[in-house]
Amino acid sequence: MLRFATVRLLRALITILAVITFAFVVLRLSGDPAQVMLGPDVPQESVDAFRKAWGLDQPLWIQYLAYIRAIFTGDFGVSMRDKASAMQLVIERIPATLQLTIPALFLKVVIGIPAGVYAALHRQSAVDRGVILAAIFGFTIPSFVMGLLLVLIFSITLGLLPSGGQDTWQHGILPTLTMSIGGIGILARFSRSAMIEVMGQPYIRTASAKGMKWQDVVWKHALPNAAVPIVTIVGFMVGTLIAGAVVVESIFSWPGIGRLLVVSVSNRDLAVVQCILLMIAATMVVSNLIVDLLYGFLDPRLRAQSAH
Amino acid sequence: MTSPLIEARGLVRTYEVRQGMFGRMTPVRAVDGIDLKVMPGETLGVVGESGSGKSTLGRMLLGIDPPQDGQVIFDGKPMPKLGTREWRALRAKMQFVYQDPLAALDRRLTIAEQIGEPLAIHGLVPKQFQAARVAELMSAVGLRPDQAGRYPHELSGGQRQRAVIARALASRPKLLVCDEPVSALDVSIQAQVVNMLRDLQEENRIAMVFISHDLKVVRNVADRVAVMYLGRIVEEASSDVIFSTPLHPYTKALVSSVPVPGKLLKGRVILQGEPPNPARRPSGCAFHPRCPIAADICRTQVPQLLSVADGRTAACHMVAGVDQSVAA
Amino acid sequence: MTVADIANPQSPSLSLFTRLIKQLRKVPFSVTFGIVWLVAMVFVAFFADMIRPYGITAMDLRARLSMPGNPAHLLGTDELGRDVLSRLLQSIRVSLAIAFGATIISAVFGTALGFAAAKFRGVVEHLVLVLADFQAALPFLIMSLAVLAFFGSSMPLLIGLMGFYGWERYARIARGLAISASAQGYAAAIVQLGATPARVYMHHILPNVASTLIVSMTLTFPEIILMESGLSFLGLGVQPPETSLGNMVGFGREYLTRAPWIMLAPAVVIMVTTLSISLVGDWLRDKLDPTLR
Repeated sequence: MLRFATVRLLRALITILAVITFAFVVLRLSGDPAQVMLGPDVPQESVDAFRKAWGLDQPLWIQYLAYIRAIFTGDFGVSMRDKASAMQLVIERIPATLQLTIPALFLKVVIGIPAGVYAALHRQSAVDRGVILAAIFGFTIPSFVMGLLLVLIFSITLGLLPSGGQDTWQHGILPTLTMSIGGIGILARFSRSAMIEVMGQPYIRTASAKGMKWQDVVWKHALPNAAVPIVTIVGFMVGTLIAGAVVVESIFSWPGIGRLLVVSVSNRDLAVVQCILLMIAATMVVSNLIVDLLYGFLDPRLRAQSAH
Repeated sequence: MTSPLIEARGLVRTYEVRQGMFGRMTPVRAVDGIDLKVMPGETLGVVGESGSGKSTLGRMLLGIDPPQDGQVIFDGKPMPKLGTREWRALRAKMQFVYQDPLAALDRRLTIAEQIGEPLAIHGLVPKQFQAARVAELMSAVGLRPDQAGRYPHELSGGQRQRAVIARALASRPKLLVCDEPVSALDVSIQAQVVNMLRDLQEENRIAMVFISHDLKVVRNVADRVAVMYLGRIVEEASSDVIFSTPLHPYTKALVSSVPVPGKLLKGRVILQGEPPNPARRPSGCAFHPRCPIAADICRTQVPQLLSVADGRTAACHMVAGVDQSVAA
Repeated sequence: MTVADIANPQSPSLSLFTRLIKQLRKVPFSVTFGIVWLVAMVFVAFFADMIRPYGITAMDLRARLSMPGNPAHLLGTDELGRDVLSRLLQSIRVSLAIAFGATIISAVFGTALGFAAAKFRGVVEHLVLVLADFQAALPFLIMSLAVLAFFGSSMPLLIGLMGFYGWERYARIARGLAISASAQGYAAAIVQLGATPARVYMHHILPNVASTLIVSMTLTFPEIILMESGLSFLGLGVQPPETSLGNMVGFGREYLTRAPWIMLAPAVVIMVTTLSISLVGDWLRDKLDPTLR
């Protein structure tokens, strides 16, 4: 178990380093930072002074190390637009994004998993067909289409809910729904197949054959075993939450990280973009790591090894 | 005396094996110092139980597994490195016949295409004559012309192995290494394929290394036989001699395990103990834990492969002792 | 694995044509619908220039925001009086071209890296696996946004960028299949025949893994369509005056209240197209490669 955890941790660190390197390389490829920061009509002396001040006259690998050091101390540079710390700007937006993503994740889990499990236990029922249909729509309807359809129905046609902004709790309903509907279907479909797979195993048949109560078979044998793959996909969903927020926040003018990213990309505000990039990558890697460790904990085969 | 076609000198091959889940890597000697020679047109049978290193030896003779120590000399020249242009060119002269013909064939190509492949690879036959050569090879191994367009899964096991043999013979090699070529086939088919191999080998004067655990089969094809135990040759002699008067106790056990019609089972030597595990090699003579005549010296000293008579060698303290006392 | 039996007839007595007809009879309705729709889309992509009634920038200022069903403008017009149907046909062409080009790039790139990892093992293999980890750690949309932020948006960059989508899937599959082929099977036998690595990989391993790779392409293709339309929707993908499905939805969004048809037409096309590909893809997967189910 310890060895397993160490290997996973090492791989996570390497992945983070790869993302940082990617940001550094793309940043350097996209143009001379001095030119980008100072603008085109600046005398050569001040360009040189800028380079010296920021260490841009150093060899590339020293710049690379300095870049890594800066990132680990939270120094992502200054937003070109607001002249504020990029890190500060991003942190200010985090709560708004969490206001959408956490309820969305909650909905996915509390609706998706039970619906999937129910569908698996009642094959060919209405719920089962609904789950399959919902999953197909979850896979094929992009979130921007889903968001606009919801706006068209609930805001424009029915006039029930606001279509953009962050003023009241009602404003959060449509974005949260947009973020969760597809995910509910996908998670339900996944839970369904995980459960069906487990229910087909010989130990389940043995448990029911020896006269165990049906509820006990489901709760004590099937669910714990189906939990392992379901936890994996939930963990993956946690990692992609912020990424999913990009489109939804743009549709509903929700002032979170995703919208900040899109605006910063349009303005080519590189400091903010790389700050968000690294933050999302870190979320992804950390949630994957937690899932891996959880997986190791949930799977008795891996747990047994730690006893060795 | 002519020079040997292929010669192995002190071949060693070790594998790293992990013991247990978190255990350390320990080296396992699959092949542990083997010398042998094969003359042009001669068939050498290599016999041993699984784990004796006979398959590894076959792969090393072909240069697929590089030896850690020792070398292989083919046609007077050292074996080139695996994957080099020279190594690839040499494939035209030495070929391999596999245990599982279905795995050795590409399931997406017809057998005619596959039999013709060595011709295309080595540019041996002009394109317009390729089909004729393939037809000739197919009839030589006993495949019907109408089977040319068949895919491997549409043929029987024996037919597939015939196709593999035809492919191996396409480039007119001087050496054929066969690793358990018939053990995956039905017993009724085995004899047909073995006889066909022997006929082809004699007709074309091909030297052959025939690896098998099955003594009956080896007896049928081999001119000379080398018996392997845990990575070493323990006895080598001409086929007739080794089957009539085996010297090494392990060979004796192997030979007596082959039932002979009309002979009673009395006097058979039955092997005892565990089959050999190369990861746990006994000290001294590797065979001593299972040997009915083991003495103290067998537990401490490794017996050398010594000449015991004209053209025959054995690695056994007891046998060597007999021989020396006679000479004295 | 059981590779497609399309190329090697099980029963040579039946002609290819008869078997094709037999297969088609068994096709479920949803798959038939998907195939018909996809054929129509491909037709549109090829002949968009000829079948669209107006130029994509031709403005009919007297008929701005006109409703669908109008005989002059079947799907209505947008805020500048441009014909929605014409723009839709052109958008289908652009979006499909990008997705097709990107799928090919991704498949070739990923397969090549996977084969390289299988052939050279060691450092190369580790490098490829680290790259795949990296790709998996960064949501593709975010990575694309970052690249577009740094370099600005242009058509070749967009196709190139989309061409990175899903490469790691092909790389993993190609590597796995190539390793198992050379470990015990036919590939090792062909090496032993004296074939060059290029011949082994191109002539033998590639045809054997092709069906699995094609199945993966049916998974990647709709995802790339969604990815491109998402980027274009955000205004960071295909740039005006060129148009794509996502781009149309993005601009149509401004007129959601007064002229929802501008946005609905491309949205429906996106949904039905990705749906059709998944339906046909699922069916193909079952037919071609039972191991992937």
